[in-house]
Amino acid sequence: MKGLQTIMGLLTAIVCIVVLRVEAQSPKGKYGNVALTNATIETVTKGIIQNGTVLIVDGKIAALGANVSIPSGTEIIDCKGQFIYPGMIDAGTNLGLNEISSVARTTDFNEIGEVIPQMKALTAVNPNASAIPVTRISGVTTALSIPTGGMLPGTAALINLHGYTPDQMYAGFEGIVLTFPNTGRRGFFDRRTDEEIKKASDKALASLNDVWEKATQYNKLDSASKGRTGYYPELQALIPVIRGEQTLLVEVNASKDIQAALKWLKEKKVKKSILTGVAEGWRVADEIAKSGIPVITGGVLELPTRDYDRYDKAYANPGLIKKAGVKVAIKSESGNNNYRNLPYHAGFAVAYGMSKEDALKAITIIPAELLGVADKLGSIEVGKSATLFICNGDPFETKTQVSHVFIEGWSMPMVSRQTELYNEFLKREPGVKK
Amino acid sequence: MKKLFVLLFSSFILLGATAQVEKGNLLIKNGTVITITKGNLEQTDVLIKDGKITQIGKNIATPAGVKVIDASGQFVMPGIIDAHSHIALDGINEGSNPITPEVSESDVINPFQIGIYRALGGGITTVHAMHGSANAIGGQCETIKLRYGTFDPEVLKMDGAPRTIKFALGENPTRSHGEGSGIVPRTRMGVEFVIRQAFSEAKEYTEKWNQYNKAKLVKGFRGAPPTYSYRHEVLSDILNDKIIVHCHSYRADEIYMMLKVCKDFGIKRIVFQHVNEGFKVAPELAAQGAMASVFSDWWAYKFEVYYSTAYNAAILSKNGVVTSINSDDGEMMRHLYHEAGKTQKYGGLNDEEALALITINPAKQLGIDGRVGSLEVGKEADIAIFKNHPLSIYGVPMFTIVDGVVRFDREKDPDDMRLVVDPKQAIETATFRDKLSNQDHCMEGAEFILDSELFNANKK
Repeated sequence: MKGLQTIMGLLTAIVCIVVLRVEAQSPKGKYGNVALTNATIETVTKGIIQNGTVLIVDGKIAALGANVSIPSGTEIIDCKGQFIYPGMIDAGTNLGLNEISSVARTTDFNEIGEVIPQMKALTAVNPNASAIPVTRISGVTTALSIPTGGMLPGTAALINLHGYTPDQMYAGFEGIVLTFPNTGRRGFFDRRTDEEIKKASDKALASLNDVWEKATQYNKLDSASKGRTGYYPELQALIPVIRGEQTLLVEVNASKDIQAALKWLKEKKVKKSILTGVAEGWRVADEIAKSGIPVITGGVLELPTRDYDRYDKAYANPGLIKKAGVKVAIKSESGNNNYRNLPYHAGFAVAYGMSKEDALKAITIIPAELLGVADKLGSIEVGKSATLFICNGDPFETKTQVSHVFIEGWSMPMVSRQTELYNEFLKREPGVKK
Repeated sequence: MKKLFVLLFSSFILLGATAQVEKGNLLIKNGTVITITKGNLEQTDVLIKDGKITQIGKNIATPAGVKVIDASGQFVMPGIIDAHSHIALDGINEGSNPITPEVSESDVINPFQIGIYRALGGGITTVHAMHGSANAIGGQCETIKLRYGTFDPEVLKMDGAPRTIKFALGENPTRSHGEGSGIVPRTRMGVEFVIRQAFSEAKEYTEKWNQYNKAKLVKGFRGAPPTYSYRHEVLSDILNDKIIVHCHSYRADEIYMMLKVCKDFGIKRIVFQHVNEGFKVAPELAAQGAMASVFSDWWAYKFEVYYSTAYNAAILSKNGVVTSINSDDGEMMRHLYHEAGKTQKYGGLNDEEALALITINPAKQLGIDGRVGSLEVGKEADIAIFKNHPLSIYGVPMFTIVDGVVRFDREKDPDDMRLVVDPKQAIETATFRDKLSNQDHCMEGAEFILDSELFNANKK
C-alpha cells in the first residue's frame, strides 16, 4: 500500500514536471475540472472556510466546503497553507484600450467628440495588450474598461482578463460614461482662473442638459414610432439610460460637483447610476448616502485635493464614505497600466480607517453587485464562475505571492512580459565578458 | 582693534554661511529599532542629544527635561530618503539649452510648499530636490532635510552634503530640444555628442586657465586671462570628482553609452535615475560601481519604459548594484516604504534588503551615508516611527523626526498644516491629478518648448 502511494506520488511529480515544462514553452490558459483542496477559503459573502475544497467543473464552482467529494479524474491542487479569494475586480481602468499612454497611436480610449456615448470600449479592447497578463497574475481578474475624454465619451465594458476576442472577454456589463461638468483643476499645468473654470463648467452643464432633453424627446419619439426615428446614434445610445435599463457611470470628484451631480440625477430621474472617482466624497458623504447612489472611488493612493486638507484624506476617503452608509467599491488609478496595484489601494484604505472586510468587499462583491454581475463574480459560491486566485497570505500585503489564477475555469499561465524579463536577466548570460 | 574687527567680521561670515538649524533632544522608548546596518533591536530605546543619536540600548534613563516618545509596539527606523524628488522647488527645468550646469536648484528652494509636510507624513526626512530632465546636462540639485516650519530656504539645505547635478538621456532631452526647438539632440546619438562636447570644452577651458596661471608666474607676463565661464567651471568640477552625477535614463543602450562616457572622462561617481532598463545592464553597472535609483513598478507611460519590469530593483540588487527606490512624485514619496515592500513580491528581497532601498542606499547615492540612512550612535537623529511594520500595507508613520525635532505627529498635528495662506487662493478650488498620466514632474517648466497638446497628453 505504501509502495503504491510512493509510485503514485512519483507519477504525480512526473506529470507535474511535464505540465510545467509544457506551460513554460507555451503559456496558454488551461481548461479542465480541478479541485483546490485544503485551502482557507475567503468566500467574501459567506465567511471563511478552513481546510476547504473548491471544486471547479465546466468553468464554474460546482462544490464548496470542508467535505467535498471529488469526482475521479479531477486534477487536484493541494492548497495547504494557501488562501483562495474571488478574483479582484477593478471598476476603473482602460485596460485593452491603452498600450503606452504617451504614444497616441497606441491608445484607443479617447475618441473625438463631446457627445459620443455610442463609442464602445468593447470594440477596441485589445485582448493581447501587454498589461493584461501583468494585471491578471496579481489576482485582478476582471476590469471595467472605460473610455474617457469628452462629456459623454462612450460606453464602458466589463471584461475578464482572459480571452482571444472581445466577446470572449466580455463579462456581462456595459455602462454609459458621463464626465460630469467639473470645477476642479486638472493638475499643476491647469492655470485657468476660477472664473474661467466656472464658465466652462456652467457651459458644460447647459450642454449636458440640452443633450439630455434631446435624448428624452428622442426616447418618446422612439417609443411612439416603434423605433423608426431615423439614425441618431448618440441619442439611440442614451435610450437605455433614459429608460432606466442601463447604468450611467458619473465621473465626478470635487465636492461641489458631487452635490450638483446628485441634484442633476434626481432632477432627470436617472434610475441607474453610479458615481465614480468621488475624490472629495468624504466632504459630502452624508448627502451621497441620502441619495442612495453607490460609489466606485479611487485611486486611493492620491494627494489631498486641497492644500488645507489633512494629509491622509485621500487614503481615508473610502472608509469615510462607507461609514456614512454609502455602498463603496474601490478602483485603482486609471491610465498608467498599474491595475495590479488594486489590492494595495484597498490596503491603504484599511491602514487609514476602513475595515478589512469592507475593503475586500470593495474590490470583489461590491463592484460585482454594482455592475450587475454578482450572480457570476465577486465571491466564492456554488454556481458562480470559477474566477478566483490562490495566494499564500493576505492579498493586501506586498509580501504575498499569488500562485494560481483561474478565470472562468481557465487556469492562467503565471507569466507576463515582466516575469519573463526577470527570468532572462536575473543572471544574465553572458555577463560583462562574452 | 584690528584683531577685534577681524574676529567680528569672520563671525558675521560664519553667521551668514550657517543657517540656524533647530536641533532637538528626545528619548524614544521601547520600540522595535530597525537599524538597517546592525539588525533589529527589540524593546530598545534611542536617545537623541542636540540632534544626534547618542545612545541606543535598553532602559536608558530619561535625562532631565528631555521629551519622551513611547514607541511600545511600534517600529523605529531611519528617516526615509528620496533620491529623486522635485518638491520644495519653485523652478524645475531650465529648458532653454541642452547644457545648463550653470543653474542650481539651491536658488529656488521654497520652504512653504505643503508637499514638504505631506512627505513627512510618509516618514521622509531627506530629499534630493532635483532639476528636471529636459536637458542632457541639467542644473545642479540640492539635498534638503524636511525641516518643515522654517521660513528660511537656507535652513532646508543639508549643510555639507556633496554637490550633485542632473543629467538626462533619451526621450526628454530629444523631445525638448530636437523636436521642440529643432536643435541637437534629436536622437540618442545627439545626446551622447552634446555631453561629450561639453566635457571636451570644459577640459580645454581648464587647460587654458592652467596655462594662464602658469604663465603669469613668469616675471613680466602681460597676457590677459581666459574668459571666465561658470558653466565650464561646473563641468570641470564634475570631471574633478567634486560633483556626483545623477543621470535620468531609461533604456539599456543609453545607460551603457553613459557608462562609456564616464570611463572616457574619468567620472567616478554616477547614479542612474529611473533606469527602467538598468536590469539589462546590471553586470556592467556593478562592474563600474555605478548606482541605480529606480521606480518600484512604473512602466508603459512612454515608449522608453515599455519593456520595464517591476523586478528591476531586485535584479539590480542581486547583481551587486547599490540600488534605491525613489518617487519623483509628490504622492508616491508619501509611501516609499510601500514601494520598497513591492520588491518582496517582485524578486523576494528580505526585509533588510527592501528597507535599505529607501534608507542607507539612497544615502550612499547622495554621499551622505556617514550622517544619515541608518540608526547608529553618532548619526543625525532623522527617524520615522511606524505603527505596524513599515513594509506592511498596514504600516502607518506616526512620528517623523528630523535632527531630533518632531516635524510630524499623526495624532497631534492639526488638519491644516500650511505655513502661510495664499490670499489669492480660492477656498473652494480643488486640484485633481490628471489620471491619464500621473507620472513624474521631470518635465515641469519645460512645457513652453513643447506643443501644449502633446504636453498635456504626455507630461513626463
